[in-house]
Amino acid sequence: MKILVTAKRVEDPESKIKVKPDGSDIVKEGLKYKINPFDEIGVEEGLRLAAKHTGEVVVVSIGGKEVQEQLRHALAMGANRAVWVNHTGPLDQLGIAGLLQKVAEKEKPDIVLLGKQSIDDDQNQVGQYLAEFLGWGQATFASKVESLESAEEKSKAPAVVLSADKKSVQVVREVDNGLATLEVQLPAIVTTDLRLNQPRYASLPGIMKAKSKPIEELTPAGLGVDVAPKIQVLKLSAPPARKAGIKVPDVATLVEKLHNEAKVV
Amino acid sequence: MSIVLIVAEQQPDGNLRKASLNAIAAGKQLAEKSGGELHLVLLSKDPSKVAGELTGTGAKAIHTAAAPEFEHYLAEVYAPAIAALAQELKATFIGAASTAQGKDLLPRVAARLKAAMATDITAINGGGADITFSRPMWAGNVFAEVKLNTPVQVISIRATEFSAAITGQNVSAEVKTFQPKLEASKTKFISFNEVKSARPELTEASVVVSGGRGTKGDFKEVEALADLLGAAVGASRAVCDAGWVPNDYQVGQTGKVVAPKLYIAAGISGAIQHLAGMKSSKTIVAINKDPEAPIFQVADYGLVDDLFKVLPALREGIQKLK
Repeated sequence: MKILVTAKRVEDPESKIKVKPDGSDIVKEGLKYKINPFDEIGVEEGLRLAAKHTGEVVVVSIGGKEVQEQLRHALAMGANRAVWVNHTGPLDQLGIAGLLQKVAEKEKPDIVLLGKQSIDDDQNQVGQYLAEFLGWGQATFASKVESLESAEEKSKAPAVVLSADKKSVQVVREVDNGLATLEVQLPAIVTTDLRLNQPRYASLPGIMKAKSKPIEELTPAGLGVDVAPKIQVLKLSAPPARKAGIKVPDVATLVEKLHNEAKVV
Repeated sequence: MSIVLIVAEQQPDGNLRKASLNAIAAGKQLAEKSGGELHLVLLSKDPSKVAGELTGTGAKAIHTAAAPEFEHYLAEVYAPAIAALAQELKATFIGAASTAQGKDLLPRVAARLKAAMATDITAINGGGADITFSRPMWAGNVFAEVKLNTPVQVISIRATEFSAAITGQNVSAEVKTFQPKLEASKTKFISFNEVKSARPELTEASVVVSGGRGTKGDFKEVEALADLLGAAVGASRAVCDAGWVPNDYQVGQTGKVVAPKLYIAAGISGAIQHLAGMKSSKTIVAINKDPEAPIFQVADYGLVDDLFKVLPALREGIQKLK
């Protein structure tokens, strides 16, 4: 079985993001970069599926040469090889999905695993666009029924369950008011939610081995994809600041403030 | 003239999803600003009940399609039907509430129509042909003004930023039925396990009481206060991951976005990702033992103490007012 996983480079989710005074971009100085947390869950799920069903995990990232850092991270976790689509400059979700479509058509994976959203754009679109472009079924927001602290989690079994005839997968999805289970024919698109698994750390031997794993370089022109963005970001701004609140000394004061000042109880 | 097509969502229990009324209100605003008219679409096994409710919302027309295949929502079944209707109507804008269904469905519709999409819009700006949308990025730490440069534009709407459309208006919309061509689906619905609760729905509640790591998994006090206030119960990611409460209690960047009139955070430190889901609440109360917890930076009223002492006392204090 072949699994294609994505690894977008994003700002560290713990970092404080500030907008430049002219609203053209965010302040990049001093920021650390990571693999998108949802993509990391996708890599982990891919590795678990590959371990259980003997398969290959191919990781793909789009961006300048700095994204090789995220590809190496996925390779250090255990992915077999990497595809780097070398592109600098603006790119929107249509462009990303267009490029991933070409990579998927070239690689012919059984499953493409993507994060449900990237923590910078927060768009939650690419997996769905890709599914439609390829004409495949989709299972978005894949989750796990058991808690991440369960014994099963520790045994590292994949949550995406392959059918006996290996022609479809069962996926539990996190939706509003509960969990929905779908069966999707392969090849399929699966996007990951936070509660799918707990990604492994890259081991030192893993990091050493990753250095010699191959990274194939592709370009949008070579793939024949026009990536000119259709989503134009005109301006960024900081959200309205909340008025500073107060600390109250005791419950009685809190009740009094909620009743007389905020008038909410 | 622009046509704005809003997708109405029917819940598994057959009722209209309340967030759809907020999406309809946003659609009405978009129709006014772009100089067009508002249409609604509803796919269902039995659209009659919800369609009736939708006729009084001020839309020009309600397009309904009935088929047994629409009983359980599937993106692969819904997207082609909605895209085909949008093409027939020559819709310029397609939108829906930014629910799990809206987020799953709309990009697939957009892909079919080669349309650009903005997720979770919080405002509609400009007018005529120059419509732009505001939307949050980086967990709500940045707001972007975006323009979608495709003939068809797709938006998902953050319900908490638009007040719900009024139903039962005098001007009644025309209900039109249509028969979409159904394609063979590669996806099959297996089951839905609903989390049933007697409390109000999290995204619709006017008061939310949330618990975090500080509860150590004991939500009894959080729930007792919620019940006294007629509130919904929320949670931080950590407690959902631990399996202490169901996943769909989670408030935050990757969970639900709420904006109640009162949000009480008990034992929640206030990570960026959690704040993204509740920062727009009108009044925020934080109860935490750690005076340095970031939640205090957004709280209107903060109390540094043990939640197991504070919550029962708070309940008693509020009870006395009643």
